[in-house]
Amino acid sequence: MGKIVEFMTRTRGGGKMDWTDWLTYCYLVLGILLMFGPVIWLVLSSFKTEADLQRFPPRFLPYAQETVMVDGYEDPLPLFQITAGEYEGRTLAQLRRVGLVAQMIDPADPETRLRVDISNREPLEHLSLAVENYTGLFERFNFLRFLWNSTFITVMATVIMLLVNSMAAFALSKYKFRGRMTVLAIVIGTLMIPQTVVLVPLFLITQQLGMLNSLWGVIIPGAATPTGVFLLRQYMITIPDEILDAARMDKASEWKIFWRIILPLSAPAIAVLAILAIMWRWNDFLWPLIVLSQTENFTLQLALNSFQGELNTEWSSLLAMTVLTLLPIALVFMFLQKYIATGIASTGGK
Amino acid sequence: MASIELRDVRKSYGAVDVIKGVDLDIKHGEFCVFVGPSGCGKSTLLRMISGLEDITGGEIAIGGDVVNTVPAADRGLAMVFQSYALYPHMTVRQNLSFGLENINTPKAEIAEKITSVAKMLQIDMLLDRRPKDLSGGQRQRVAIGRAVVREPKVFLFDEPLSNLDAELRVDMRGEIASLHRRLGNTMIYVTHDQVEAMTMADKIAVLKLGEVEQFGAPLELYNTPRNLFVAGFIGSPKMNFLAGRIEDGDRGELVLPSGERVLIPEDGYDQRPGQEVTLGIRPTEMQPAADGPVSIEVKSVEQLGGESYIYGTTRDGTPLTVHSPGQTRVRIGETIALGVPPGQIHLFDTQSGLSLLGS
Repeated sequence: MGKIVEFMTRTRGGGKMDWTDWLTYCYLVLGILLMFGPVIWLVLSSFKTEADLQRFPPRFLPYAQETVMVDGYEDPLPLFQITAGEYEGRTLAQLRRVGLVAQMIDPADPETRLRVDISNREPLEHLSLAVENYTGLFERFNFLRFLWNSTFITVMATVIMLLVNSMAAFALSKYKFRGRMTVLAIVIGTLMIPQTVVLVPLFLITQQLGMLNSLWGVIIPGAATPTGVFLLRQYMITIPDEILDAARMDKASEWKIFWRIILPLSAPAIAVLAILAIMWRWNDFLWPLIVLSQTENFTLQLALNSFQGELNTEWSSLLAMTVLTLLPIALVFMFLQKYIATGIASTGGK
Repeated sequence: MASIELRDVRKSYGAVDVIKGVDLDIKHGEFCVFVGPSGCGKSTLLRMISGLEDITGGEIAIGGDVVNTVPAADRGLAMVFQSYALYPHMTVRQNLSFGLENINTPKAEIAEKITSVAKMLQIDMLLDRRPKDLSGGQRQRVAIGRAVVREPKVFLFDEPLSNLDAELRVDMRGEIASLHRRLGNTMIYVTHDQVEAMTMADKIAVLKLGEVEQFGAPLELYNTPRNLFVAGFIGSPKMNFLAGRIEDGDRGELVLPSGERVLIPEDGYDQRPGQEVTLGIRPTEMQPAADGPVSIEVKSVEQLGGESYIYGTTRDGTPLTVHSPGQTRVRIGETIALGVPPGQIHLFDTQSGLSLLGS
């Protein structure tokens, strides 16, 4: 803890705050606000009730109005503090509101109806997390089904993509064959074609292969990515050929060289690509939207979209699900981020 | 038997010939060193023998069998690379066992072999470390261990000591030589350092621009170099060369451009009167002598205590080195006369560079 404080209050010269320190801290705080602000807002909002979400002006923390059960009424009644007028200082429960006047009762004396001007009352509120937003996801929607679909697509697509891309990259970086540069140029060239251009042909092919409305229809068309091939190739080029030669002298088959030498040595690059692939697949929206039309095949992203109706958007569920959708990606990033920075493997050579 | 024969072995990259027809005959158990300046094709030749590099023409035979089309893994060779090429993600133990695992050696046997090799190379306490945690010399031992543990017929070394510091290099040189004595395998060793070649080899092949200039025992190369290149390459410091012309009437006298005359033996060399000839003499054989035929102006003096080197130029500007045992009184700027003992000289045809040694 002391270390964190020391780190957070570090200055340029180690002593008093310099003007550059002020500048730096301002800049960093601004960055934090810009980057974390929306996320924190999202998380807090996901714990607000539907009524609280509709409220204007919005409030930072989630509040819920206090309610009371009164004999003779089935639903709990909201409690208000009366701030002015005849009943000032009393806590009353509201029955209904008509125009500018509210019909209220005293919970202690439910028989007498009191008429209160609505400008004279303040709702009694307390901090409260609307957990029902989350539990509702499991009760009212098939959340686990969507989660499974998303997870299955992400994991399978990432594994297949890493395998295909690393094999292609190995061939393109370590074997000399005619047309090697041409193949590489074609692979990289596909980067210049926007996804939207090939969307319709891709759809037609997927349809012909009978993969519409199947998770594989989402997984397979994205299995090979030029970015992945290029990234891994550039990394594998840096693995010394002598190590491969040594393995060949050690009677290792080419497959074994790939599996036991190249893959472990490319781990940092593969980790980076894996993180990217997981993020791409998990957040992918357009292609699943096209391929998957039945609700039971929906991914989380598609399910999120379906909360947004033409006339009515169920914000509380939408926000809660957004948080749950964000979580896995955040976790993946937290656990794999060190690989992004680790970079170069030591090369056994000098 | 693991003899190696190369017959007219060639290699070209497109139109560029890198190896231009090499014939070599390395007998079983010999320690053969390929030596030459960088770019002479010695490493390429080694890789061709190993099978890592295709050959364009000719034949390579190991133990009598032509192995031109046999893949590297099946030639029964082991190679130690210049950069060691250890597998960086594996521990030393895994580095050593990788090759054995690939030929499905039983686990117990692998463990046994690793233990004995590690003990022999004194790396037994490093077995669980990774290459990046080892020093240069230790990595070198592991690289050698990886070759030894597979018990190959032939060892190939590709400049294995060039990444080590001078002191360690001398140590490892001795160790590789003693390894050879202990195992008795055929070994081929590539280096650009002629001292390494002289100290370790049974046979040396001097290469230049893809051709073997001379192949023979170290002292044979030292005493009877076949041409100017070998004469200049073998021996440290370098042999001195004096270009001149044989006197028309007298085969026993060489006239230098400066007009100085050097007596040369009339027998043993095939010099003709009037021929342009280069005289070679090792720095150790030239001694200051008051009546010496060649005089030099001293440019610099190196006093090493036990011995001294005098560097100078002759009157026509040819650089000469003189080795003098003990300490010398010669000063920079002095002019000294040098004796050229006729029995210690080598004669080469200046034009072709070939030795004029009579057959």
